[in-house]
Amino acid sequence: MVTLLTDTKESVLAEARVDGECLWLSGTDLEAATGWSPRPQGLCRGDVCVPLPTAREFVRTGQIDVAAVWRFLGKPIVHSDDGSVWVLGEAASDRAATLRSLQAPDFTLPDVAGRMHSLSDHRGKKVLLVSWASW
Amino acid sequence: MWQGLYEELQDRNFTVIAVAFDSRPGDPLPWIEAAKPTYPCLIDRDHLVADLYHMVNVPQAVWIDERGTIVRPAESAGAYEGFRKMNRVTREMPADAARVTAEAKATYVNAIRDWVRHGTASEHVYPAERARERTPVPTDDVARAHAAFRLGQHLIRYGQAGEGDRWLAEASRLHPDSWAMWRQRAGVTELGLASQSDFWERVDALGDRKYYAAVDMKGMPK
Repeated sequence: MVTLLTDTKESVLAEARVDGECLWLSGTDLEAATGWSPRPQGLCRGDVCVPLPTAREFVRTGQIDVAAVWRFLGKPIVHSDDGSVWVLGEAASDRAATLRSLQAPDFTLPDVAGRMHSLSDHRGKKVLLVSWASW
Repeated sequence: MWQGLYEELQDRNFTVIAVAFDSRPGDPLPWIEAAKPTYPCLIDRDHLVADLYHMVNVPQAVWIDERGTIVRPAESAGAYEGFRKMNRVTREMPADAARVTAEAKATYVNAIRDWVRHGTASEHVYPAERARERTPVPTDDVARAHAAFRLGQHLIRYGQAGEGDRWLAEASRLHPDSWAMWRQRAGVTELGLASQSDFWERVDALGDRKYYAAVDMKGMPK
């Protein structure tokens, strides 16, 4: 059992298989956890497809090594010592491209009462987005 | 901190969204109760907004217009270095430092008022090209730091404080400019809050570098 975290989702995957620095997932689990799915033309999310080199073994007996794929895509990936928790990060270049588009990246977070709010709920208003902390 | 401004401007198609970089359950509650904010105050235990907008400290702000376009990227929200001149025993600030700090805040708040009233005609709204130039962007190490931070926070939440703290330390090592990551970890490990010696040691290590980067705005102290 592996817990897989992305910046928007936490998935618990019963069928995942960890082998050292490899994390093997079914195509279905991969899509559910990350939004990326294997297609004949490569790995796709929405309209974006990234061809995967056939020389490297990303796919084996119906499973995909998401760790290898993530590293190939230049995205950060870290895991706990025992391999039970993995975090798939987003690449600096992708973050930078989004910010330079000047389209404010959306997010959804809870308030103290646990009610969820999205930035996009406030479209049509000017928003002052401010950070703060109790520390 | 923003409640007065919000009440003044909320009828002008304006809102504040505050995002707390806090993780321990209940941490920000007394602050929220004291301020009684009526705008959304969100809890961001994994510092996702810091990751998305490349924020490194509090308070920082991003100005987002009605169409969801960033018109001022992440910057110090009128915060100034004055606290570095405070007496660390009495926590009193010299009068001149207190005055400059108050002026910086007032200048920033006035700029927000100007933006809310005049929209794109405000001198404080960046044209797109300038906004892009001023946009702080992460390095590969920063992107990796956010993944490490998220892993550390998750492990701490699920009872693996030792390993979790090691990942937070790794995140701080990869992203030394982030005071948010460093101070979150200081809180988690009970090292203490802003008044403590570790914090001052790290501030002193800045030397001539800024704790709050200077805001690019007319009338702001450099």
